[in-house]
Amino acid sequence: MTAVWSMIGALAVVGAVIKAVGPVLIGGRELPTWAVRIIALLAPALLAALVVVDTFADGKSLVLDARAAGLGAAGIGVAVRAPMIVVVVGAAAVTALVRALT
Amino acid sequence: MRAGIRAGLPFALPVFAIGVSFGVLTQSLQWTPVAPIVMSAVVYSGSAQFASISVLGDGGTVLAAVLAAALVNARFLPMGIAVATSLKGGPVRRAAEGQAVVDASWALANEGGRFDREILIGSSIPQYVGWLVGTILGVVAGSRIGDPKALGLDAMFPAFFLVLLVGEIRSRRALAVALGGAGLALLLVPVVPPGLPILAASAAAVVGAWRA
Repeated sequence: MTAVWSMIGALAVVGAVIKAVGPVLIGGRELPTWAVRIIALLAPALLAALVVVDTFADGKSLVLDARAAGLGAAGIGVAVRAPMIVVVVGAAAVTALVRALT
Repeated sequence: MRAGIRAGLPFALPVFAIGVSFGVLTQSLQWTPVAPIVMSAVVYSGSAQFASISVLGDGGTVLAAVLAAALVNARFLPMGIAVATSLKGGPVRRAAEGQAVVDASWALANEGGRFDREILIGSSIPQYVGWLVGTILGVVAGSRIGDPKALGLDAMFPAFFLVLLVGEIRSRRALAVALGGAGLALLLVPVVPPGLPILAASAAAVVGAWRA
């Protein structure tokens, strides 16, 4: 358990530092135009990466499993402009269904 | 702040469910009940917590476990830089407010590169509560509850992120950056430690901003 507790302590510190670096170093300063342009494009880049990694990655392997069916359902929901909650619950339901059947 | 809490509420459910599976997992690893609850309270990062305990469970050192978690959380560096100018106060307060950055709160607060501070902090609150309560339930109920994955709740995250992503795609440039980020992340999944593929996707934003 000593290992567990030292890991928890270290993680709390490391995690807090990672999140604090940007806010502390930059503070309230206005960023140069090039940085603002990058930040404006950060959301599409990171969100797209989160979508595919949360769906197709299992550790270091790429897999095609029930989550892909859930994402497919979410894609259809988005295409027909369904409300967010419908899209998300639908994705969970389709994933659960595929898991139950396979 | 109210609007933020409301925006974050739908995320509380999947976060809660994953918290339950985290609590259950630690009990199968013979952890004391207090440790995972403290961990969820002070670390508050599902992906980092799972990554670190799997390294430790596989016989890795504490250092290796912390490093794995740090890589998984490395995406919070660019996210923190992005929100920096939207936070308030001196360095200490900014550092504290920066702790509210998690994937969903960051994405919800984003308004084309500016960030709504109240949405960022507010939407993080229900997720924190869901994560902590889920962990506690998982620890207490242990293996008596079935696998939350059977309900497909883990698939809620990519679905949420997809909805938020579509809202962000307001130009051909944004679409190209999204495709580039996704492609780069997928290419890197088999070759680099977990977490780095998402961090590396930031490069797509840099390239997209640079090309006029």
